[in-house]
Amino acid sequence: MGLSVKHLLGIKELNVQDIELIFQTADNFKQVLQRSIKKVPTLRDTTVANVFFENSTRTRLSFELAEKRLGADVVNFSASGSSVSKGETLVDTVNNLLAMKVDMIVMRHSASGSPWFLSRHVDACIINAGDGINEHPTQALLDAYSIREKMGSLKGKRIAILGDIMHSRVALSNIYCLNKLGAEVTVSGPPTLIPKHIEDLGVRVEYNVKKALEWCDVANVLRIQLERQHKPLFSTLREYALYYGVNKQMLDSLEKKIIIMHPGPINRGVEINSDVADSKQSIILGQVENGVAIRMAVIYLLSGKREISE
Amino acid sequence: MKTLLNSNLMNITLQRLAHQLVENHPTFAHTALVGIQPRGKYLSDRIAQLVKNISGNNNILYGLLDITFYRDDVHAGANIIVPSYTDIPFSVEGMNVILIDDVLHTGRTIRSAMDALIDFGRPKHVELLTLIDRRFSRELPIQPDYAGYSVDTILTQKVKVYWQEKDGKDEVVLLDKSTN
Repeated sequence: MGLSVKHLLGIKELNVQDIELIFQTADNFKQVLQRSIKKVPTLRDTTVANVFFENSTRTRLSFELAEKRLGADVVNFSASGSSVSKGETLVDTVNNLLAMKVDMIVMRHSASGSPWFLSRHVDACIINAGDGINEHPTQALLDAYSIREKMGSLKGKRIAILGDIMHSRVALSNIYCLNKLGAEVTVSGPPTLIPKHIEDLGVRVEYNVKKALEWCDVANVLRIQLERQHKPLFSTLREYALYYGVNKQMLDSLEKKIIIMHPGPINRGVEINSDVADSKQSIILGQVENGVAIRMAVIYLLSGKREISE
Repeated sequence: MKTLLNSNLMNITLQRLAHQLVENHPTFAHTALVGIQPRGKYLSDRIAQLVKNISGNNNILYGLLDITFYRDDVHAGANIIVPSYTDIPFSVEGMNVILIDDVLHTGRTIRSAMDALIDFGRPKHVELLTLIDRRFSRELPIQPDYAGYSVDTILTQKVKVYWQEKDGKDEVVLLDKSTN
């Protein structure tokens, strides 16, 4: 028993059993996190480096807490203020970390595919914490886990992913994960932010956000990734908010109470209004809570895959 | 292969263990039973039921403890151990806790269980009940307070406990590695 992979690079490479095993293990860690002593000594022999070449609040804190609650030693690395600005390469940076006896690398990088590249060139377990516009596997796992917790199962459930599909690694990882678990997925947003031929991934496209909300059980609202948009793809944020933002009036006009999710950071008043983000239908902070349990599960399950060096 | 306990003997042994527990804890007022996952669950389920019948107390505190995250050999095997669930629906603070596992061998599981238990609070007193005590094979200074059957074994042998609920029969056998 165990995962079929040695690294967590993307959801694309996981099978359904892997995802179920991660969920089942996360259930146990969630229970640990509800005790007064929220810590287990499982990985006291392991050192994890969080290597972040891109900004992060939630993911990095969540990984760090997950590692510490598993009893691991943790080092944090940010590209800003490091020797990366002096011209050190990614492989050299990581190999230097490994020379200091680090066992696992959690990495975020703006270049899509960089965790795959790294996994071929260094001898350590790699966990992808987001690579460019490609994948963000732990986010997709915690999103699916949060839906499973609310609805019991993903099978046949209708999930709408709204917003900047083009530049979102959360969207791609979510599509892979939800498809594998048997959910139906619709992506919605302005045509300029939805990649051509995305239907080939097994999703529906709906350019009208209201219609997408009417169809779905769960809406996962994504942030507009202005930092990745190198040319104007819609005229103004105000116009985007008007046509594609989710507001309370819209939610109340639906026949059923849908669940609202957001991977954060939220741009209030743009893709989602405060009255929706803070409403009873929103499970946004529940997602954050589950994130720690999911990351503990991933780190625990992958920790068995590394070579034991005596 | 040698049968250590057949269904009939196993039943008598379980009855005796339950009676000993009630003898030492007549009201079971500040006493809780905690089975160690995964295989200790079957023994603790039976013992909890028998203690209820004998003591007449239907509100016995009974929980299950998974010790995977506290083991000292998480990275020793080729495969990672998949955890079971923990369910201790009461506070162990100031309680008499009786840990229950089917086979006591090296004592390492019990060491982990004590660590895991103490993360739930500070019990007043911890005791150990085991169906099979493999004597002279301990790697840690741990001994049972209640033992169903003691057996002298060598390291290459294996004690296997079968439970009606899981395996379709009640039986304890001693296996030699070669015949395993």
